[in-house]
Amino acid sequence: MPIVMDADRVSRSLTRIAHEIVEHNLGVDHVALVGVRTRGVPIARRLASLLLTITGREVPGGALDITLYRDDLMKHAVGPQPIVRRTEIPFSLDDRHIVLVDDVLFTGRTIRAALDALIDFGRPRTIQLVVLVDRGHRELPIKADYVGKNLPTSLAETVRVRLAETDGIDEVSIERAEGDQA
Amino acid sequence: MSETASRLRGKDLLGIADLDVSEINLILDTAEAMKEVASRPIKKVPTLRGKTVINLFFEPSTRTRTSFEIAEKRLSADTLNIAIAMSSVVKGETLIDTALNLEAIAPAIMVVRHASSGACHLLARTCRAGIVNAGDGTHEHPTQGLLDAFTIRERKGRIAGLKIAIVGDLLHSRVFRSNILLLTKLGADIWACGPPTLMPPGLDRLGVHATTRVDEAVDGADAIMMLRIQLERMQGGFFPSLREYFTVFGMTPERVRLAKPDAIIMHPGPMNRGVEIASEVADGPASVILDQVTNGVAVRMAVLYLLAGGGENEVAA
Repeated sequence: MPIVMDADRVSRSLTRIAHEIVEHNLGVDHVALVGVRTRGVPIARRLASLLLTITGREVPGGALDITLYRDDLMKHAVGPQPIVRRTEIPFSLDDRHIVLVDDVLFTGRTIRAALDALIDFGRPRTIQLVVLVDRGHRELPIKADYVGKNLPTSLAETVRVRLAETDGIDEVSIERAEGDQA
Repeated sequence: MSETASRLRGKDLLGIADLDVSEINLILDTAEAMKEVASRPIKKVPTLRGKTVINLFFEPSTRTRTSFEIAEKRLSADTLNIAIAMSSVVKGETLIDTALNLEAIAPAIMVVRHASSGACHLLARTCRAGIVNAGDGTHEHPTQGLLDAFTIRERKGRIAGLKIAIVGDLLHSRVFRSNILLLTKLGADIWACGPPTLMPPGLDRLGVHATTRVDEAVDGADAIMMLRIQLERMQGGFFPSLREYFTVFGMTPERVRLAKPDAIIMHPGPMNRGVEIASEVADGPASVILDQVTNGVAVRMAVLYLLAGGGENEVAA
């Protein structure tokens, strides 16, 4: 179970990304952060506080649950429906630069669902994507604008992101998917 | 107390009696997420795209059918409304034949209302599609019970330990039956009140306090739920006159004052103003009657979402 990012590394990556967001958008006017549930939400919150430190400006934030937009919802022969959680976007998306935030970019299907969901909330000026880890293996033509770490993986591996807010510790590790993670 | 299931066990929602507390919590939690969809500029999600839902109503209904239809449309299901006049239906075989014919169209879910108690259970045994009971006779109306519980939880933050007065025609009301099953499961203290002629026997066995004195039922209540006087289901004189009913059991501002200051007033609709409820109460600040209508859509979206998944109820066609 090799650890590929520790707390320091996570923190430095997010600080760099915050600066890149400011640079790319020439400030944070009309920028808003939307975290994809579950772990995109605390990452978006951290970026908001970093952006506040860098620019002195409050950046609005929201949380997006993509369950109702998943393309595999009705595919499972048996098994429970994924739990639907609240989407909270307390601002208009119209004409804003929306920075979508997620923990891991893998097949791209989550982001596809998130894009569809966002479009239902309005017409953003742009949508940009932040991910803490890009592990490759895309199944759709989707690419991140800001990446914490590019992490080449095999399909037999699982990338596990843990965050202080949800898991008590900041850590990214690679695990074997075949259950033998002893 | 607050455990939440990860799925509903059955393919159908026939009544509250079949649900355990964790399944009820799952439906109510999912409904909270669904309620947000109504606040979006585009009030629609693609979740049930390509699924067909048939609303099969053997009894007239505007409110419940409309609520289900909006819920289905907001989930992007294809909906088909079939209203069948009671007179044209012979019970038993014909009901099943009707359902089997519809099932040949491969719906994922059929929402069924019928004047006979147990009609939905019969269909659920026969059909592979998921059956949602939208009211069967005087038996159950589970989605109404769920939306009432959702509304109470939303306003009060909890249901356990609340005193809830339910006043009106208890005998003919499937809403009452679903509500007492649901609210007692969630730990509420239920006080049921109505004329002795409209009071079903054995309420104490269900853990419900029964009284014919409105003041006693309402005293210190957190929520007051009024039930409609269902003239269409009454054969015979259950009380002398509507005016006398209002005098003895009608919810007036004076009676509401006996409840807690922050008590909420509920009614499943349609209301008979001046019979079971005074207009000042129905339109007053404590009334959540229109919230119930709004919440009904969210709760029905949650039920449809949870039942349409899993694939077990997919008819292979």
